[in-house]
Amino acid sequence: MNSHEAIHKEQWQGILIYAAQEGKKIHPITFELIGKALELAKPLSCKVSCILIGHEMESALKELSAYDVERIFVYDHEAFRDFKEDIVCNAFAACIDTLKPSVVLIGATDSGKSIAPSVATRFHSGLTADCTELTMQENSDLVQIRPAFGGNIMARIITANHRPQFATVRYGIMAEATKSDSPHVEIVRCILEENQLVSAIEITLRKEMTRKSCISEAAVLVVAGQGFKSKDDLWMVEELASVLNGQVGSTRALVEKGWFSQENQVGLSGKTVKPDVIITCGVSGSVQFAAGMRLAKNIIAINSDPKAPIFSIAHQSLCGDIYEILPKLIQRIKSLNAGQ
Amino acid sequence: MKIAVCIKQVPAFSEVMMDPVKGILLREGTSVRINPYDLTAVEAALQLKERYNGLTTAITMGPKSAKEALITCLSMGVDEGVLLTDPIFAGADVYATSYTLTAGLSRSGPFDIIICGKKTTDGDTGQVGPAIAEHLGIPHVYNVTHLDGVEGRFISLTQMIDSQYLTIKVRMPCVLVISKEAFIPRLPSLKLKLAAKKKEIRIMTVDDLEGANLSKLGMEGSPTHVDRIYTPDRSLKEQVLTGHSDELVDRLIGLLKDHKVI
Repeated sequence: MNSHEAIHKEQWQGILIYAAQEGKKIHPITFELIGKALELAKPLSCKVSCILIGHEMESALKELSAYDVERIFVYDHEAFRDFKEDIVCNAFAACIDTLKPSVVLIGATDSGKSIAPSVATRFHSGLTADCTELTMQENSDLVQIRPAFGGNIMARIITANHRPQFATVRYGIMAEATKSDSPHVEIVRCILEENQLVSAIEITLRKEMTRKSCISEAAVLVVAGQGFKSKDDLWMVEELASVLNGQVGSTRALVEKGWFSQENQVGLSGKTVKPDVIITCGVSGSVQFAAGMRLAKNIIAINSDPKAPIFSIAHQSLCGDIYEILPKLIQRIKSLNAGQ
Repeated sequence: MKIAVCIKQVPAFSEVMMDPVKGILLREGTSVRINPYDLTAVEAALQLKERYNGLTTAITMGPKSAKEALITCLSMGVDEGVLLTDPIFAGADVYATSYTLTAGLSRSGPFDIIICGKKTTDGDTGQVGPAIAEHLGIPHVYNVTHLDGVEGRFISLTQMIDSQYLTIKVRMPCVLVISKEAFIPRLPSLKLKLAAKKKEIRIMTVDDLEGANLSKLGMEGSPTHVDRIYTPDRSLKEQVLTGHSDELVDRLIGLLKDHKVI
């Protein structure tokens, strides 16, 4: 074990959530983290707080206040008008120094992924990225679960002797919190020392990315897996998606073969999706894939292997040959559409 | 201008064994390659070197065989290679890895710019770059898509973050985490490869890291540890429907109607 002095875990209490923003609104990953945090906090009866760093955030603050968090620490300053890693970390660290939370949860947005390792390193503590499950031990150890490298293996990770325990979670992995019936949030407005607001980063130009239609936004998604023997056969998923007004997704394997672009990849290292309906075609359902779509409302899986892992998470499991099923399905849908 | 680039050798394919007791990858004996994200970082370093007459150093932490990865970098045009290798470094999580790389960088530098790939295809955490910056107490910029230029002590670049492109000036020394799409890595050249064979890769073991905190190295220095690995429960959620494809198609039509997709 480490030769650090033994950590006094009881000195670190509660869960702190980094409230990610998207423009003037709260990024929905935050509500998913609140949902999970409230669950984790229950057995230990500890507090859930949020930290909000930015400028002119009254409407974001109002959004956040609708949830059952105890406190929101607000760092509102002109210096935070744009996201600058160095000074955001200063605010984050100052809050952690004061609050001493046992757990810090950060959404894996670009900015989250940028600051999480900085803050964790500042506290010489551990960070597990892209957790797919989180549970709490009685001794306040956070059990951090995520798929391990390759194959169908999960890793159970613990930060046994350091605090806070940091974890990032991707959007669409955990269920959102429900809004509170009687929210009673304490707003704590925090000031950071001037020297902590000096950034080595200067932003000279900002440009919004043109929003390409992204599979993460699709209500209906048809996904192709290794059941397809040739790139030429992919027309089946393209057409099915087309007649259903949906989009096409792919597993990692087909992206690595060059049959699809990374933009179509569903999974932990691809995109996380939460469509109303997802139809997986010839997808075996590795843990990395499942992590990216497990929360879809209706999962319909078609695979010729009755033991395919995807069937353990699908709402409807159909064991059959996609080469027979898909063309017939497309025909039937076209007839129905034509009949109307 | 001194530029460092951190690289890692990763398994060439997705299927690699894990040690179920220690929860770490069994790297010996598997086919390896340079992490593709790091090749982009190397290209970024080389372009800066060419433009500003800089000196580039590739650094990696790994088994002795990771020397090959450094030779590949030299064959692409990198000037020097540093290999941090020692049994005590093994089994490191992000904290211990970044601490060790930082120790190597401090003793090979000082560097004006340290470039890292966005993540690796094995660990996939994407944390080491920002962690190194924190250990060094210097700023980092995440997801750099374009390098614009250097003026005095500032480097201008473009960052893509949360659906925005930001044009930024950052003070050096700094760490840059490069987006995979930012550059297309050049291929090694035979001429450079032959020249590389004559170059010495600097090897650093724990004895070369004088002054480093030994308790922050390797498995012992890792705040996180893998408690166990396991195969997830594969029990079926619902009954698996079988039958003739016509019956299954009927079923699918029914489902799609129920879910109001058609």
